[in-house]
Amino acid sequence: MTAAVLHVTPDSIPANERVFESECLVKSNTPVNNDYRLLILDAPAEILNCTPGQFFHIQCPVRGGHHPYLRRPMSIYGYFPEKGELQFLYKIAGEGTAALAELKTGESLNVVGPLGQGFHIADNWQNLLLLARGVGLATLAPLALEAQRLGKKLTAICSARSPELLMSIDYFRDLGAEIITVTDSEGTSDLAHLQGVIEGLIADQGIDAFYTCGSNRLLKLLQEIGAKHGIPGEIALEQQMACGLGMCQCCVRSFRAESGIVHKRVCKEGPVFDLQEAMGW
Amino acid sequence: MVDLSVQIGDLCLKNPIMPASGTFSEDLVTVFDLNLLGALVTKTITRGIRQGNPTPRVCEVSGSMLNSIGIPSKGVGQFIANMVPFYQAYNSPLVVSISGNTADEFARLCEEISVPGVAAIEVNISCPNIEEDGKAFAMRPASTLDVMRKLRAATDLPLWAKLTPNTGETSDVARAAEEGGADALVVSNTMLSMSIDVHSRKPRLGNLMGGLSGPSLKPISLRMAYQCAKAVDIPVIGCGGISTIDDVLEYLIAGASAVQVGTATFIHPTVMVQMIGELEAYLRTHNIASVRDLIGSVRDEEAADTVVFMEAAP
Ligand SMILES: Cc1cc2nc3c(=O)[nH]c(=O)nc-3n(C[C@H](O)[C@H](O)[C@H](O)COP(=O)(O)OP(=O)(O)OC[C@H]3O[C@@H](n4cnc5c(N)ncnc54)[C@H](O)[C@@H]3O)c2cc1C
Ligand SMILES: Cc1cc2nc3c(=O)[nH]c(=O)nc-3n(C[C@H](O)[C@H](O)[C@H](O)COP(=O)(O)O)c2cc1C
Ligand code: FES
Repeated sequence: MTAAVLHVTPDSIPANERVFESECLVKSNTPVNNDYRLLILDAPAEILNCTPGQFFHIQCPVRGGHHPYLRRPMSIYGYFPEKGELQFLYKIAGEGTAALAELKTGESLNVVGPLGQGFHIADNWQNLLLLARGVGLATLAPLALEAQRLGKKLTAICSARSPELLMSIDYFRDLGAEIITVTDSEGTSDLAHLQGVIEGLIADQGIDAFYTCGSNRLLKLLQEIGAKHGIPGEIALEQQMACGLGMCQCCVRSFRAESGIVHKRVCKEGPVFDLQEAMGW
Repeated sequence: MVDLSVQIGDLCLKNPIMPASGTFSEDLVTVFDLNLLGALVTKTITRGIRQGNPTPRVCEVSGSMLNSIGIPSKGVGQFIANMVPFYQAYNSPLVVSISGNTADEFARLCEEISVPGVAAIEVNISCPNIEEDGKAFAMRPASTLDVMRKLRAATDLPLWAKLTPNTGETSDVARAAEEGGADALVVSNTMLSMSIDVHSRKPRLGNLMGGLSGPSLKPISLRMAYQCAKAVDIPVIGCGGISTIDDVLEYLIAGASAVQVGTATFIHPTVMVQMIGELEAYLRTHNIASVRDLIGSVRDEEAADTVVFMEAAP
């Protein structure tokens, strides 16, 4: 079997809005460190018309006593149409990801995507700041690549429990990003310290936009600093999903809007949202 | 050339495959051409604006799922202004699912939604989430008859009554819906269920209870579709746990004239389109000219003497 899309989307849908259900072949599925694994798929070119921040909905296999039924959402870690390659960086969290970890090279995996709204980079934003912790870096990796392509200056603050768990540092560095690492074990990841680091960056070089994902603490910190200095930003959020396509309404979260608090679907209106609209949890 | 078309009352569908309410939306246009489907069935709408239930709204249970979405709705005005025109671009008939908290409110919505562009109204008299303790009109024949009569008086459009598996009186409820003026029955909705996380001891749905859907539901809904098809003269549309072409065939053979596919679309968004192709292939392989020849073709005569229509204990 080769990688294939299972049905062709109508021509009336613009190429960058098409969603495909496709069978991909596993090129490799290897540990990155104790907690995280990198899955590389051989993917048909059609499905690789992606935007950083978008995700795929993955049908984890039934394997080793694990019986995942619903699909699992996974951010795109890398998409390379020229190589026909799609990559995910994932953490074994439970049933579905444990089964995913058992996939061997050459096996087939059914994925649906690309899905959701990705990050935006405005033309006049020159200095971008990425702030992420743990697997959150997976979501921001394609954004870093896009920023490099657009010739933007990039600073990435990477946070983790300990230095061994810092991931993708080389990846970001190779993209020309300035890297600042903070860890719990070194006592550098607390909010007060982070605030100092970010305020320092704003004073030294100016920051035009913030990008983050996943953490409530980091969201609140960036909202505060963003409001104070008038710096816009975006956050990628997570919520449990069933359909991933906007049909079931199970993935809603609350957001601040002019009309009051509104529900939005993380899979459709997100997963990337305006930093100030997002509400802590 | 095999004929896939089926008749649901006055409505002719090009094939018997359509989505189940709440598991389909306009968002699917990014995946395949909606014109391929037999009909387009919307998520249940209510008259007013509703937020829906607290999260988590879904969880997984042994190869199936529970949901307590709770019918979030933008209200009928918004639906008529935006969604009806949207669906008019497609030639598959639009079936709008509606629900109300009282029979009168329900009837008013039925009247309001009877606008050009709507081909049929599916009345969700079965949703376990909105009524107290999961009770719904379709739990009992008397409340079914009462609400169906009011709904019948409120519209000239075809009315499809969606029944609930949470009743011990399947055949009687089916007959009551027919007597009340239903043009077809949709059999059936999700089954009221529960799941608890043993570590936190918390129910796994924000609303504590929710509806079971997916493969585990199929034997129950199939049995109900069979019973209903025997009990009434109007068409039955099978719904519950359909995820493969064999499931579709089982329902048709049991007596359903068409089927609705729900949760399976979450697992494989293209599954309905694949089923249409597979249905055609099945008919060809078995030299059956029309899908209508399959409907109700179950060979149950041999066992007929011993069949007892057991209703679940109350
Ligand atoms: C848009 C999006 C992008 C994501 N990107 C990544 C990524 O790049 N790498 C990565 O490791 N993880 C990512 N996650 C989280 C990932 O989806 C969950 O870790 C995964 O679903 C866990 O499944 P499981 O079966 O192993 O865990 P279980 O705990 O067995 O899952 C049970 C149920 O809970 C859901 N669930 C559990 N954790 C989460 C979570 N954090 N978010 C949403 N639903 C959850 C599962 O989907 C499943 O339905 C992302 C989540 C979202 C919403
Ligand atoms: C997430 C979800 C939302 C649903 N919402 C509705 C609804 O609004 N109205 C309704 O009549 N049925 C609703 N249903 C029930 C389905 O239409 C269908 O009856 C049920 O899921 C059984 O079919 P399945 O096993 O193929 O999913 C919903 C089901 C799911 C899973
Ligand atoms: S997961 Fe179904 S609407 Fe978002």
